[in-house]
Amino acid sequence: MVLHKIKRLLTKLGAGCVNKIWRLGAGGRLFWLTLLSSGESFRRFRLTIREVYFTGVLSLIIILVSAFFVGMVLALQGYHTLQKYGSSEAIGVLVALALVRELGPVVTALLFAGRAGTAITAEIGLMKATEQLSAMEMMAVSPIARVIAPRFWAGVIAMPVLATLFSMVGILGGYLVAVPLIGVDEGAFWSQMQANVDWEYDILNGVLKSVVFGVACTMIALFEGYDAPPTAEGVSRATTRTVVTSSLAVLGLDFILTSFMIAM
Amino acid sequence: MERTTIDLWVGIFVALGLAALLGLAMKVGNLTTSSIGETYIVTANFENIGGLKPRAPVKSAGVVVGRVGEINFDPKTYEAVVSLSIDKRYNFPKDTFANIYTAGLLGEQYIGLEAGGDETNLKNGDKISQTQDAVVLEKLISQFLYSKATEGDDKASKTASTSTETGGDALDASPLDKIGK
Amino acid sequence: MANAIVEIQDLSFGYKGRLLHKGINMTFPKGKVVAIMGGSGSGKTTLLRLIGGQLKPTKGRVNVCGEVVHEQDREGIYRLRRKMGMLFQHGALFTDLSVYENVAFPMREHTNLPESMIRDLVLMKLNAVGLRGAHALMPTELSGGMARRVALARAIALDPSIIMYDEPFAGLDPISMAVICDLIRSLNDALGATSIIVTHDVEETFQFADYVYFVADGVVAAEGTPDELRQSELPFVHQFVHGEKDGPVPFHYAAPEYHASLLRGAR
Repeated sequence: MVLHKIKRLLTKLGAGCVNKIWRLGAGGRLFWLTLLSSGESFRRFRLTIREVYFTGVLSLIIILVSAFFVGMVLALQGYHTLQKYGSSEAIGVLVALALVRELGPVVTALLFAGRAGTAITAEIGLMKATEQLSAMEMMAVSPIARVIAPRFWAGVIAMPVLATLFSMVGILGGYLVAVPLIGVDEGAFWSQMQANVDWEYDILNGVLKSVVFGVACTMIALFEGYDAPPTAEGVSRATTRTVVTSSLAVLGLDFILTSFMIAM
Repeated sequence: MERTTIDLWVGIFVALGLAALLGLAMKVGNLTTSSIGETYIVTANFENIGGLKPRAPVKSAGVVVGRVGEINFDPKTYEAVVSLSIDKRYNFPKDTFANIYTAGLLGEQYIGLEAGGDETNLKNGDKISQTQDAVVLEKLISQFLYSKATEGDDKASKTASTSTETGGDALDASPLDKIGK
Repeated sequence: MANAIVEIQDLSFGYKGRLLHKGINMTFPKGKVVAIMGGSGSGKTTLLRLIGGQLKPTKGRVNVCGEVVHEQDREGIYRLRRKMGMLFQHGALFTDLSVYENVAFPMREHTNLPESMIRDLVLMKLNAVGLRGAHALMPTELSGGMARRVALARAIALDPSIIMYDEPFAGLDPISMAVICDLIRSLNDALGATSIIVTHDVEETFQFADYVYFVADGVVAAEGTPDELRQSELPFVHQFVHGEKDGPVPFHYAAPEYHASLLRGAR
């Protein structure tokens, strides 16, 4: 009896793994097809601009407000620790490096997955459920070129912009807490920051990270929508999976990218 | 092609992003302060570089004139070979002295250049022959203690114990172990 | 038949070894309205997808304009599809585009017409389905019947030579149904196109169809003009046309003996 149960559990586990690998392959194929059909979405850039509005501009509020609070909390926590070592002027460096290198790209990507990723998945899933994608196919229009590719590029464009804004607004929030509120010297705040934040190694690497996250998050959201069973339940499950998978992918990729960037 | 409000918003969005990047570059990053354009590379050998890291600043009279490039180990002389990329605008004489300094007591280490009096200047690929190693705090203290100890053998143990009391805040007991060796 | 625009020859199709169609032969002559009828789940919609090249047959083939659909590459299939218009079951309008943009969509995708000409064409198509006044509405603001008519306008946007209808009457009130019936016939004749209608509404279809195929158990069970079929003595056709509850198509899904099932449950 117990053996039977274990056997069943193992079978289930194996089937789950095979299913995951199958989905990874299918996602990779969709990614490849999207890249192949990207020419059209560049030729008619208007389609992409429209999607930048939906994924980027409409995510601005949540990104900026979060950034502001994250920056303020960083400054408070940082000051609390740094003042023990008498180096509270370094708070600018701490806030800026934390935001530019890690929190900017990562938190933006997580928020993006929740705000824009789910919207993309639900939209594509519903388009599939209501046969809109089929209708497009029958009109001899490739849904990948017309629907998937513009959304993909919009995500890839929007993510670094959002992440950069996140870092900037976060630093502003940190500044407001550190300088007027706590009373750290303004000159020291900025000059220490400028002396220790490197344009190429910190800022550009942060932007690069956010581009990679943009590719991952948008592609996952698109794939989950495209792959969703055309039912209400299917779409809602796909939306949940988008958030879970994107978050894990972002954190995993962050580790890989960071280790590469530090090694270089 | 007709213009829509969406285009306007996306335009504002991208412009904001670029402005933020520019802001990061100018206000947060050191793009303006360390705009080292063209550089030339010289090398310097040190017996001990302490905690010097690649990309540490190279300063002369307190002004950043370049950055540390690669740091390698020479297996023949058992020395560290540090390459320095120095801004082309600044020329230094051949007999320039390279020191490894520490910014503050616990700060990061950097290389300080002190110009000599030679007629010819350093060129790309040259080697700075006069160097001074990093000051290693443990060594310094053990030297100090050693010299104290040789002053009077009978006082040695007493000095050691007092210095433990005075310098104990910043240092742990490990440097003192060296006295016995 | 020489003037057949679509021909289905010995077509078999199935998922994972279970065959849905077992050797179907159909001919769709130019200029005619042909209906494919059958019970729910008899694979009628799948036939349309096979004609449109969205699915590949397991065996046999579909000829459209003399070309074998499943042997075409992507380009070839797209070229054939440009001759087709398809009305989906629930319209499948693009919910993020207005009625006007929905009808303009195929023109924008496949032609380089100037905006003014697109405008004229869109209004013409909308006028043909009686919805010119609704061009600024969004699909969510339309009733089911109106959405179906807009989708029809979109399907005929590029003046196709084959128009396919997937359950055009499903879920419509009698008035909308009559309107759609009328439109199918009049558009077919006005455009000189061939219409293929997949449906199970006997009365409406028999009013305007030229020829009807009955599909059951994966084969063509009966075929003929509506009048011939009304007179048909075939038990299946009789049951279907007259809407009888029991007959060759059983009321019960295949199940073990009733008594046996109940007794096993009690044990």
